[in-house]
Amino acid sequence: MSQAVLDKLKERFGTAILETHAFFGDETAVIEPSQWKSVCAFLREDPALDFDMPVDLCAVDYPSRTPRLEVVLHLYSVPLGHRIRLKARVGDEDANDAELDSITSIWPGMNWLERETWDMSGVRFRGHPDLRRILMYPEFEGHPLQKTYPADRTQPLVAYRTEGEAGMSLNKLEPFGADEGMPFGRNPLPRAKES
Amino acid sequence: MGDVTHSMTLDASEQGFATTRVDALLGWARKYSLFSYPFVTACCGMEFMALTSPRFDVARFGAEAPRFSPRQADLLWVVGTISQRQGPVLKRIYEQMMEPKWVFAFGTCASSGGFYDNYTTVPGIDKIIPVDVYIPGCPPRPEAVLDGLMLLQDKIARNERRPGVVKPRFDPAHSADDLVHLRRSAGDPRELLPAMKEEEAKADRIASGGTS
Repeated sequence: MSQAVLDKLKERFGTAILETHAFFGDETAVIEPSQWKSVCAFLREDPALDFDMPVDLCAVDYPSRTPRLEVVLHLYSVPLGHRIRLKARVGDEDANDAELDSITSIWPGMNWLERETWDMSGVRFRGHPDLRRILMYPEFEGHPLQKTYPADRTQPLVAYRTEGEAGMSLNKLEPFGADEGMPFGRNPLPRAKES
Repeated sequence: MGDVTHSMTLDASEQGFATTRVDALLGWARKYSLFSYPFVTACCGMEFMALTSPRFDVARFGAEAPRFSPRQADLLWVVGTISQRQGPVLKRIYEQMMEPKWVFAFGTCASSGGFYDNYTTVPGIDKIIPVDVYIPGCPPRPEAVLDGLMLLQDKIARNERRPGVVKPRFDPAHSADDLVHLRRSAGDPRELLPAMKEEEAKADRIASGGTS
């Protein structure tokens, strides 16, 4: 479907397109992070591409890879009816220094999605007008969708009651179990490197 | 208010005397005039709406009047998941209510966090505020909530502040007889039971290596 888009990108940007693949008709291009914004601007402005609708932006954490985070952007062209998926790999092996150019100047709707990606995965967007957390509270430390965020770590805003001030046992009553929630074991993350 | 425990005599009608305790009288009065503050955050709210609709009619228990200011309410319904970000709001709402006040944990999420065992959810509102009655269910049926309301009325009448949990009325998978009841078939469902038992015995025989 949009193989033509990939061909056009490769023709225009050459080695800045690190790899491409197509899976069941979903064409994907992995972009050199420094070219992120210019690739997006090209896709938006070229009349034969005309990607006017950014569908989603998120980031995926691959703890065994370096760069560790992969930012994923889905685009759709309403007048031409084709799609493309862009990826950029950022961050070192501890997911620090993950930075990418903001594309809010190309699609204003990316404002909140970039804030969400910063909040959840810790990708900083250079040139974003207002890069604050959007889902979690400002006091929150860390980025919860990074695989290294402990699964059982909570950061309460209100101190939990103690049995002393409640004057009674705070154990859960039947039928609620002591370890309410999911029964799976919390194992530390394996950090085996991919060869 | 609840300190008065000795019996006293009140002047009553010419027929005789009404002997009671002041706190029992107050409890009796309070339990039929609960003013609710619905703190509805999630999907359990749909079941809360069913509860307040005419079919289940919470007005029969004197708890039909919602007050959307916590200062006028004495029963806090926490209906749905409470995120960590909402924790300070919930605590402040609770602190604004006047004594005496009671709290319902409506549904599994409010009671224990439910399956949201993660960085963003309070694992039960009792981590933040005291709870009087827990109503398990995801969401609980309105009948279970009415059970909880009657449990609370009983607690108020007895001036009892220890928390209570609504028990399930019956476990559908408790016995084969109940399972037969659950089957929607024409005729008397009990007639299916011998046939089912025979099938089970047959399967057992095959599983143990014998022939049918």
